[in-house]
Amino acid sequence: MTDQQTTDEQATGTAEQKVFEQIATQFPGLAESEFRGQTRVVVSRDELLTLMQALRDEYSFDMLVDVTCVDYLNYRGAEDRFHVVYQLAGTDSGLRLTVCLPLNEPDLNAPSMTALWSGANWMEREVWDMFGIRFEGHPDLRRILLPDAFEAHPLRKDYPLQGRGERHNFEVLRRGEG
Amino acid sequence: MAVAGMPEHFEGLPENVVVSRLDELGSWCRKNSLWPMPFATACCGIELMATGASRHDLARFGAEVFRFSPRQCDLMIVAGRVVMKMLPVLQRIWQQMPEPKWCISMGACASTGGVFDTYSVVQGIDRFVPVDMYVPGCPPRPEQLIQAIIDLQDKIQAEGTLNGREFLSAQQQMTKRALVELPILGQGFSQP
Ligand code: SF4
Repeated sequence: MTDQQTTDEQATGTAEQKVFEQIATQFPGLAESEFRGQTRVVVSRDELLTLMQALRDEYSFDMLVDVTCVDYLNYRGAEDRFHVVYQLAGTDSGLRLTVCLPLNEPDLNAPSMTALWSGANWMEREVWDMFGIRFEGHPDLRRILLPDAFEAHPLRKDYPLQGRGERHNFEVLRRGEG
Repeated sequence: MAVAGMPEHFEGLPENVVVSRLDELGSWCRKNSLWPMPFATACCGIELMATGASRHDLARFGAEVFRFSPRQCDLMIVAGRVVMKMLPVLQRIWQQMPEPKWCISMGACASTGGVFDTYSVVQGIDRFVPVDMYVPGCPPRPEQLIQAIIDLQDKIQAEGTLNGREFLSAQQQMTKRALVELPILGQGFSQP
């Protein structure tokens, strides 16, 4: 590794820390943690939209890379049932940030990010499809992968791996009928 | 020329006349001009393509004309896992194929679901459509698929009839094999 690279890395390291410190002062309620150089903040539902708006407009996190969800049912040490996870990236700054939104039954509603990033549309539909999280303000919250008639949200941990018989639920075609 | 076992009234026919049964002639035509419908949904489809390509050359067996319209096919080759959202499509394509038609279930997934024992993967297409030949393997080599087609040709030659009587007895077998031990829960998903 050359000296030039080392100084570059240190420089981005400090720039990153500065940004995250600024965010922490602006939103004192955030629980921030770091794992292997990746920063994660946990935010409450009321603060989520303002936080995301500020991250996009003031901190140049202009790209919503992914919206996904984790079901922490029976996970050791977990307090909340679901975490909706937003992955943000700044295309200019090269920064990355993970934003988590804890949700618990029975109130599985989250504000939709479609107003800020229209790319959130299909990703939120997938989270709805697989986990049953409702996104308020989503323009078209339908299932995206499974058939419309499907009744469960199969990536939840309490859904059996082999399903509840949906895969056997078809008419049988026989010879001489078609 | 007198041939042993030949019925008497064929005596005196010229040598360039071949005598056969109509069923056998029809089966002979059918078996040598199978037009496959490639229903390739996953990795097995790659081997299916290799089977049709120049090295293995399915054309040697009269089955090279892959058609992407079911109306022009008489052999459906299901290559790959079929999920519950795809099965109504598969059934519809099967229904759109004109009789007589046959089906090859290629690979572990199409035949049994393979390792994908999950809520969305159909555990064997033979539960919902009739299957004539199963090809084991994950994926089967092109030689295995060719063997299946040769076996299917033998089957067509041996059992084929012009008016499709063999399909009626196959229907009885199918009733025996299909959903006898399987639960059918609720309604729905059946209409594409
Ligand atoms: S049998 Fe193997 S190769 Fe064929 S579709 Fe299944 S996993 Fe893929």
